[in-house]
Amino acid sequence: MKEIPGDLMFLKSHEWVRVEDNGTATVGISDHAQELLGDLVYVELPNVGDTAQAGTAAAVVESVKAASDVYAPVSGEIVAVNDALADKPETINEDAYGDGWIFVVKLSDRDELQELLDPDAYAELVENEDD
Amino acid sequence: MTRKTILNESHRALGAKMVDFGGWDMPLNYGSQIEEHHAVRRDAGMFDVSHMTVVDLKGERTREFLRHLLANDVDKLKKPGKALYSCMLNESGGVIDDLIVYFVTEDFFRTVVNAATRDKDLAWITRQAQAFGVEVSERRDLAMIAVQGPNARSRAASLFTPEVAAQALKLGKFVAMQGDGLFIARTGYTGEDGFEIMVDEAAAVDLWKRLLEAGVTPAGLGARDTLRLEAGMNLYGQDMDETITPWEAGLAWTVALGEERDFIGRTALESARAGGVNRVMVGIVMDEKGVLRHGQTVLTDAGNGEVLSGTFSPTLGKAIGFARIPATAGEGLRVDIRGREVPVRLAKVPFVRDGQAVATD
Repeated sequence: MKEIPGDLMFLKSHEWVRVEDNGTATVGISDHAQELLGDLVYVELPNVGDTAQAGTAAAVVESVKAASDVYAPVSGEIVAVNDALADKPETINEDAYGDGWIFVVKLSDRDELQELLDPDAYAELVENEDD
Repeated sequence: MTRKTILNESHRALGAKMVDFGGWDMPLNYGSQIEEHHAVRRDAGMFDVSHMTVVDLKGERTREFLRHLLANDVDKLKKPGKALYSCMLNESGGVIDDLIVYFVTEDFFRTVVNAATRDKDLAWITRQAQAFGVEVSERRDLAMIAVQGPNARSRAASLFTPEVAAQALKLGKFVAMQGDGLFIARTGYTGEDGFEIMVDEAAAVDLWKRLLEAGVTPAGLGARDTLRLEAGMNLYGQDMDETITPWEAGLAWTVALGEERDFIGRTALESARAGGVNRVMVGIVMDEKGVLRHGQTVLTDAGNGEVLSGTFSPTLGKAIGFARIPATAGEGLRVDIRGREVPVRLAKVPFVRDGQAVATD
């Protein structure tokens, strides 16, 4: 498994979020999640201006094998989406924590961050899942 | 309990992602299923298909038995080695399974049936065989490796002894031979040329290893599914089952009604056709982004249908599928994808043949 960048936080359902200095949060799926899904062939992005609700589906990633909802780890207005994924969904397979980001929200409730897993806790979760 | 083929350790050593498939622990992919798909279309790939069930039928009346058991007519098999694809129907004309039958000698035919339907197939065949005195034996001792792709036959033949190689390379399509202790058939489930090789379990790991060394790419069930769908081949359980007749599954071409042959299901099939077949299976292509999936609703001007097999086609770069729709449906098909109606168009199958797209835009 790839090393998890230390500034990420996770949902149990394998989404990551990175809080940026300007009060926005970038969201993607974990490297473990892309491995489980296999080759991605389609990403259904939200629209800029939509409101994401923590814990509800905000995007869909589809591999050859299956479609999977991407849950928003935090609530807020969607202020950017990664349009490059429309033509190159495999970017998520190649760089889940970097170029494979999916959308950015403007945080509406920072307290929600308390609910998320830190990298160590997430790594442990994944490890136990593999057993 | 999960069953393992003799190649299970070989798959794990290659880092395969393993999944349960019809009770078998099988490789889904060895990294990238799309790359494995392309390897088969462009070069040579191999699949462990040892989970499939090989059943030998022996006895003087084997041909007569098969003319009764199968909807296709084994009398089309004139020369030893020749193979035939057929449905095995119940009395209502529903498909119990689809299979390949090889004519080995007049008193010996070999069939290969699906893994997931093994138990019911063996029970049905054994029951029907009694009246013909045909001996039914499952060949659990055989493993099977499908080597597929434009370079598959030459790569595989390079491992045979010179005489067997020469003979194997001269095999016609859908013909099998025996040599070097192998049963070598020029058949497959990918739309590419190649061999399906049956081998004693004891020799299977070594054959797999030598194929790897000869440059054949291991490919998993994921690639096998996208390849067969591109090739327009049905998957039992998804595209047809015991409630579906060949008329409704795009398999009319496999039903031989040409003469007064009394095969199981014939009466039901004839009356179904006389009454008018209400549902047909069609190929569909979606030009918009997204993926067709089994179970999605197809909206037509004549009522709803459903997506049977559906996937993303690596060769076409778009979603393809089979759908069962009302026979009177016109143009303007849509598929409901998470509440969105996405247009799809009818396409001739196969979608891909010998590495080339057939369905173009």
